[in-house]
Amino acid sequence: MRSNRFNRTLMAAAAVSAFWAGSGQAAAESLTLYCSVQEEWCQAMVNAFTAETGIDVAMTRKSSGETFAQIQAESGNPKGDVWWGGTGDPHLQAAEEGLTEEYQSPRLAELQPWARQQAESSKSRTVGIYAGALGFVYNTEIVAEKKLPEPACWADLVKPEYKGEIQIANPNSSGTSYTALATLVQLLGEQPAFDYLAQLNANVNQYTKSGAAPATAAARGETAIGIVFMHDGVTQVVGGFPVKVVAPCEGTGYEIGSMSLIKGGPNPDAAKKWYDWALSPAAQEIGATANSFQVPSNTGAKTPPEAPSLDTVKLIDYDFAKYGSSDERKRLLGRWDSEIGSKN
Amino acid sequence: MNRSHVLWLVAAWLGFAVLPWHVPSSRFAHEVPWPSGLMLSLTGAEPWLVPIALVLVLPAMALAAEGIGRANLLVASGCAGLVALLAQGFLVGLDGWAFAALDEAFGAVEGQAGLGLGALVTAFALLFLLTTGLAGRGAMKGDRFTTGAIGLVVSSILVFVFFPVAHILAGAATPDGDMSGMAAFVARLTAADIWSLACLAGEGRCGVAWTSVFVATLTGIVTTLLGLAFALVATRTNFPFKRALRLLTVLPIITPPFVIGLAVILLFGRNGTVTLALSDWFGLTSTRWIYGLPGILLTQALAFTPIAFLVMVGIVQGISPSMEEAAQTLRADRWRTFRRVTWPLLRPGLANAFLIGFIESLADFGNPLVLGGNYEVLSTKIFYAVVGAQHDPGRAAALAIVLLSLCIGAFMAQRLWLGRRSYTTMSGKGDAGLPAALPGWLKASIYAVALPWAAFTFLLYVLILFGGFVVNWGRDNSFTLRHYETGFGLAWGEHGLQWTGRAWNSLFTTLEIAAVSAPLTAGMGLLTAYLLVRQRFAGQGAFEFMTLLSFAIPGTVIGVSYILAYNEPPVELTGTAVILVLCFIFRNMPVSIRAGVAAMSQIDRSLDECALTLRSGSARTVRRVIIPLLRPAIVAALVYSFVRAITSVSAVIFLVSARHDLATSYIVGRVEAGDFGLAIAYSSVLIVLMGLGILFIQWIVGERRLSRRSSADLKPFKVTA
Repeated sequence: MRSNRFNRTLMAAAAVSAFWAGSGQAAAESLTLYCSVQEEWCQAMVNAFTAETGIDVAMTRKSSGETFAQIQAESGNPKGDVWWGGTGDPHLQAAEEGLTEEYQSPRLAELQPWARQQAESSKSRTVGIYAGALGFVYNTEIVAEKKLPEPACWADLVKPEYKGEIQIANPNSSGTSYTALATLVQLLGEQPAFDYLAQLNANVNQYTKSGAAPATAAARGETAIGIVFMHDGVTQVVGGFPVKVVAPCEGTGYEIGSMSLIKGGPNPDAAKKWYDWALSPAAQEIGATANSFQVPSNTGAKTPPEAPSLDTVKLIDYDFAKYGSSDERKRLLGRWDSEIGSKN
Repeated sequence: MNRSHVLWLVAAWLGFAVLPWHVPSSRFAHEVPWPSGLMLSLTGAEPWLVPIALVLVLPAMALAAEGIGRANLLVASGCAGLVALLAQGFLVGLDGWAFAALDEAFGAVEGQAGLGLGALVTAFALLFLLTTGLAGRGAMKGDRFTTGAIGLVVSSILVFVFFPVAHILAGAATPDGDMSGMAAFVARLTAADIWSLACLAGEGRCGVAWTSVFVATLTGIVTTLLGLAFALVATRTNFPFKRALRLLTVLPIITPPFVIGLAVILLFGRNGTVTLALSDWFGLTSTRWIYGLPGILLTQALAFTPIAFLVMVGIVQGISPSMEEAAQTLRADRWRTFRRVTWPLLRPGLANAFLIGFIESLADFGNPLVLGGNYEVLSTKIFYAVVGAQHDPGRAAALAIVLLSLCIGAFMAQRLWLGRRSYTTMSGKGDAGLPAALPGWLKASIYAVALPWAAFTFLLYVLILFGGFVVNWGRDNSFTLRHYETGFGLAWGEHGLQWTGRAWNSLFTTLEIAAVSAPLTAGMGLLTAYLLVRQRFAGQGAFEFMTLLSFAIPGTVIGVSYILAYNEPPVELTGTAVILVLCFIFRNMPVSIRAGVAAMSQIDRSLDECALTLRSGSARTVRRVIIPLLRPAIVAALVYSFVRAITSVSAVIFLVSARHDLATSYIVGRVEAGDFGLAIAYSSVLIVLMGLGILFIQWIVGERRLSRRSSADLKPFKVTA
């Protein structure tokens, strides 16, 4: 009996240690990528990069919030090399906390001004790779059936006929919705913005957890209107749903999808190769082939025809440095929670 | 004592002198030709290992000693060895000494990688030398199996539950702005959005603690009653389609998260099939009523009833018919028999099923996320405190403490209700009675509850299956195989068969990890249950509670705490499959424990005593007497841990890595992207695979044979959970 028990213990230990021993082996040239856009896009980027450079990429796809939390937790012994994609605010926060590395790519000069500005406000710890403007997406069937006017402006959304028809994410959980909050504050001024949000509250049927959820809900007819990034709406249009995407007439804010090098990552050289490559026009045109319709940051890259062109959308002069900082964010979110969030 | 002493002594030296001490690391390429602990300490590369070498001489010297002296030496060497091993691990990190004071005292050192195979074997050997010594001193009546088992369970819970959880809970006391740690801790724990009772006064919303408790209590009650109804139908009636019914009740447990939620939305959402039909027929306006409490409750009841059923069916079947026959002989009618005999004996099952339902509901993350609407619960709030725009781990930790306290409360209440009564119904005595028939109206009402529910579940699954084969569920219902091609495509290329589908990679990893972790989880869980029910030792209550900890802590918190704890030496596991296996073992173990505890409290101790009187050791008694009687519990434990390893989401989001991606994190990504087709197709494949897995488990474990007759056919009673 005793030897039987011992055998079993050994077997269990062997099973555990087989994995243990298998860990930590380094390949010839490899790269660990944390990717925060849609899986198809991540995969297409990785394939193209490996085909071009021969570098083996281990890619993990997580949302930008999850990736930020992971990089924070791993900071004592970083496991990732590059964080590519995802909305700019968590990248800025990571830069603020010194979790990411300073780097100036030789391609910096080719980029759009907003992408370079992202690098400047983070002291070169992050850079813009794409942009997407905030807008509305509405379900044409519901709007027709309920004989609602088509929304065109922020001011339309507080009209009483849209009661219970609007969805937006909770800014406490979603970066998209925080961008909307900051946009309204910059567009209207802080007090009028909160008055507006209180009025909007009467029309909101749900504050979703994830930022893109209102677009899916509008596509499926669970709500008439969603406030989302326009490219998330375009994905639903391309998917064959009866939705339309609009840019607010008063002007709107936008996100800058960003990329950062993780400080102390295991493969710094490969990481820089990825970084420079990801800013090239060819790499930036991959997004459109993978159903992602953001506006690329390299001036030489073609904007996909489906993408809501930033030239026709009236963009506000979004102050990323101010509204991306932890203190301002905490203050605005706190105010939103006490004046609107807790009143539901 | 002699043999196990020698055995573990050899193992300790094997780990220290032969096996590589550290995990392989490119950062520390030692010149030492053979990097075992002994070589590293002899060559002076890692002088902090020398104390371990010295301690390991002690148990060898103990071979010469006799009796209590030898036992004392073993205890001393075990303790000293473990302390030396832990101390060097925590004092020397990746970059040298962990504390500046040590730099001054001993001079700067290079640092070391995480503990590896050698250290693992040595640590186990030291632990068992310690427990052998304790048994030699007379602990647990000198039973080495029992002391070893307690040592194993306690130490692994300390390392894999306490250590990581302490990391994250300490976060609740991190200073916030100008608030000191303590003030911030109090402020976070007493925040109005946790405890507010404003909704009772009709203004604003109630705190998230109350809303969570409310929904968890409802879910606990509903799932327990449904589970009981199904268990009664399956064991106490002559319902013709029992096997089909059992299959149906098991389906939701093998359904990946989000899928039930999506199906419910597509049926009952504002634009759902049922909603539209109702509005057509009755002219009702379609509303969003499903979002919020009704949606959460419905999906949780669908998801957790099977677990309640698995717990209840073993209990109902285990109740000795002779007690019921005795009651009827004493001229109690059917109802009185049920009320006075059957029902009280069901109590351990009811209490355990409720506890599991309650805690599962509190920890459930997927359903509130999809269907919660504006109804807030703790689990989603914690998730978004970690990953949301706030990025406030301190707040997440505080919320996790609240959630944990609620679970402690439920646990205490369960203990109180069960009290110190005896629920033993399986003894060595001949027991060939027929189970009492249920009172007629009770039978009618369990049919009335169980059958519509079964029909509803069935409908839902037909729809889910269907969803994988249509272009766009709810929009374009034309047939397609596109989703399966994308996920599970195969092609014949130059190099033979090529797995071109995008899901293969994560599918293989998932199955591999589930297959490894399920037996380990069930084994640990049942071993723990045995210790809880069959042995008495100091600190047993605390021990039982500790085992529940990881279950009660939401997955997100466990995930982050595992990164915090196991990203750096001494234990460096992030990015490996081991961390996933460990996470599953300690997260899913509590259900194995509950199933084991409930089942074991039915088995008469006299059976053990009988075996012991016949000079069988504890280990042999477990193997020959208890395990055969525990088969339903073993099946439940294996099935549950296998399935949970495949379907859990929130804990593994942070633990998956490129090389070890899991099915659920892939599915969640597809759901987020609105690609429901592939998500549902993938889920259907998982459902089929898990179904096969369950059949395999049942085949391996076999059935419990009790000498009982069934009123229907007088064949031996069959148990298939």
